[in-house]
Amino acid sequence: MAYLDHAATTNLLPEVKSLLVEQLGVAANPSSLHESGRKARQQVEEARERIAKAINVRAAEIFFTAGGTESDNIAIKGLHWARQRDAKRPLILVSAVEHHAVLDPAKWLADRGEATLEFIPVDQLGRIDMKWLDAKLAIAADQISLISVMWANNEVGTVQPIAEVVELAARYHVPVHTDAVQALGTLPIDLTLIPVAAFAASGHKIGALHGTGFLMLRTGVKVEPLQHGGNQERDVRSGTINAAGAQALALAVELAVARQAAHAQRMSQLRNELVTQVKVAVPEAVYNGDPEDRLPGNAHFSFFGAEGDAMLMLLDAHGVQVSTGSACSAGIAQPSHVLIAMGMDSVKAKSSLRFSLGSTSSSADIAKLVAVLPDVVARAKSAGMASETKVKAQV
Amino acid sequence: MKVLTALSGGVDSAVAAARMVEQGHDVTAVHLALARTHEGQVGSRGCCTPADARDAKRVADVLGIPYYVWDFSERFKDDVMDNFVNEYAAGNTPNPCVRCNESIKFAAVLERGLALGFDAIATGHHAQLKEVNGSKQLYRSIDVAKDQSYVLSVLTAQQLAHSLFPLGDVTKAEVRAEAAAKGLLVAEKPESYDICFIPDNDTAGWLNKQIQPKVGKVIDAVTGNELTEHDGAHQFTVGQRRGLHLDRPAPDGQPRYVLNVDTKTQTVFVGPETLLSVTKIFADRSKWTSGSAPEVGTAVMVQLRAHGEPLAARVVKADEEIEVELDQSTRSVAPGQTLAIYDEDRVIGSGTITRSSR
Repeated sequence: MAYLDHAATTNLLPEVKSLLVEQLGVAANPSSLHESGRKARQQVEEARERIAKAINVRAAEIFFTAGGTESDNIAIKGLHWARQRDAKRPLILVSAVEHHAVLDPAKWLADRGEATLEFIPVDQLGRIDMKWLDAKLAIAADQISLISVMWANNEVGTVQPIAEVVELAARYHVPVHTDAVQALGTLPIDLTLIPVAAFAASGHKIGALHGTGFLMLRTGVKVEPLQHGGNQERDVRSGTINAAGAQALALAVELAVARQAAHAQRMSQLRNELVTQVKVAVPEAVYNGDPEDRLPGNAHFSFFGAEGDAMLMLLDAHGVQVSTGSACSAGIAQPSHVLIAMGMDSVKAKSSLRFSLGSTSSSADIAKLVAVLPDVVARAKSAGMASETKVKAQV
Repeated sequence: MKVLTALSGGVDSAVAAARMVEQGHDVTAVHLALARTHEGQVGSRGCCTPADARDAKRVADVLGIPYYVWDFSERFKDDVMDNFVNEYAAGNTPNPCVRCNESIKFAAVLERGLALGFDAIATGHHAQLKEVNGSKQLYRSIDVAKDQSYVLSVLTAQQLAHSLFPLGDVTKAEVRAEAAAKGLLVAEKPESYDICFIPDNDTAGWLNKQIQPKVGKVIDAVTGNELTEHDGAHQFTVGQRRGLHLDRPAPDGQPRYVLNVDTKTQTVFVGPETLLSVTKIFADRSKWTSGSAPEVGTAVMVQLRAHGEPLAARVVKADEEIEVELDQSTRSVAPGQTLAIYDEDRVIGSGTITRSSR
């Protein structure tokens, strides 16, 4: 089996697994006042401090959540609502290539009439248009509640000029949220150098547990909570704190940051090997995203005329696991909004596959892929594009 | 064999898939996304809802086979839903399940499956396939009440050659029992009789939203008198008695039925039941499921609607167009329905009814 879908989720780190086995047997609620509670609280606060140190923020700026989606939701909805307290600021600016965890809460607010949503356009490589953003801030800064630009794109891997965005927005005192789910552990992150207002991260993308994550909220940045109850996490996120999960997350974040440079170097080399071999195997393959400034483990291709779904199914049958990279509703593939925003038409967008590498990936995985890829692409092409090609019934 | 099995989320396709797995085939499940709106999938019973997609996925997981969703919603809209509306607008009474089998399940889906390396498609239709002199022949299910050979009579011999119907030799009750015994949680799911893309079973209401209503006259075919006005000829089907809104009874006191719908002039002709009697039935778009057309003069059985009785008839014409003459007259044959032709329980082929006469 060749698992080439590490951007969807990656394996639990062995160190994290050992820690969890040890911690999960303990009955302890960090909010309890007795000894077990105190001990758990101690561990949760240490975890908070360790995560803060790893990305260079203050411990009080880390809020544990149930993952990237929840962190993004608090950042978008919570921040937008809080920004209405002292002035009317209806406008939310998000990049056109955000993950649905950012897009959908912003659209939800707009659909309810609580916000006006505008998309920051991107170029053909998926990089946001800084001139557009500059011009928009110049004319409407006082109307803007927040800007959300992901650190790096989950589908095509393009890294956004987040430092420039933060610098520009700071001039107008507009807070910037970044979804860094794909960036943590793969790109260097130091939040003193890039002082975003909010930063979302997910545990399972870096070898911690599913259902864990954190939101960094800069001191002074207020959010309205989305869930109410026991007032945990300083009212930002009620709900019993997952003490074992928080410790596992802290260990995974520490390891991800400590190993980032070496990991990124190995991933880039392996990724370049994959890209070269795919282009040899299928010369007409189109490499998407920024060829240079991209996530080290990401390779994203279009095979025009072959449907992504069909290729995925055929590769799966050969034990090669990849993703079409796009979101699905009820399992139905939609053309990727990321590729559409980059100027691709919907038929071409549906002909794409994402290959993403992780710590367990090796050259053997790439060999398995390219051994079957030419036949898979040819077969998928012969089947056509299900939703577009019109095959009339024999009359 | 590499078998593609269509899983709707219902009990029949679940057991069909299970039987394919048990027979040792290399089975892959696909759930077809067909009826959709921009909001997502239309809510309905028995197929096409997100809940059905979940049920289908659960069945595939229990059977341990790969599961994928194939989106044929655009083609379904073009070939089935739009066809349904256009046919009603033209005064015909279409059968969307027949069109779906003809242009989606056993055409677009089958062709895609074959191109992707599958050998056959298996569905949960209640019909039998038998090998006769080296060719596959389609027969009625042993469960007469559940028999679906009528909606499969539009398949060509080539399509049939790549089709598998694993449920032809069992009754519906046995299918449910088998599903329960295999631990398939869809065992108790209710039947889906309705049109899958019409969520609340209100076909007339749905059509009224699709078809621009045109006022027309209701005319007594016997006297030529105008009886009333109507607000859309598409709402009338030949043989229909209810919903005519006639405030005056017929002079002889007998009920009146829709005899003919002229959508060019938006005129609906009504008259006594006796005028509904027909013996000659004409059809076009012939399909010879058995592999060849019957010879003129052959005595056959014909079926004129999905759950209609088989009627004895004689073939008058059988090439691209079909004409049959019934041994005994029948009433109310609606243009647009399928004329399925049988040799006893074996399907010979079918056509789409264009008209009928005495």
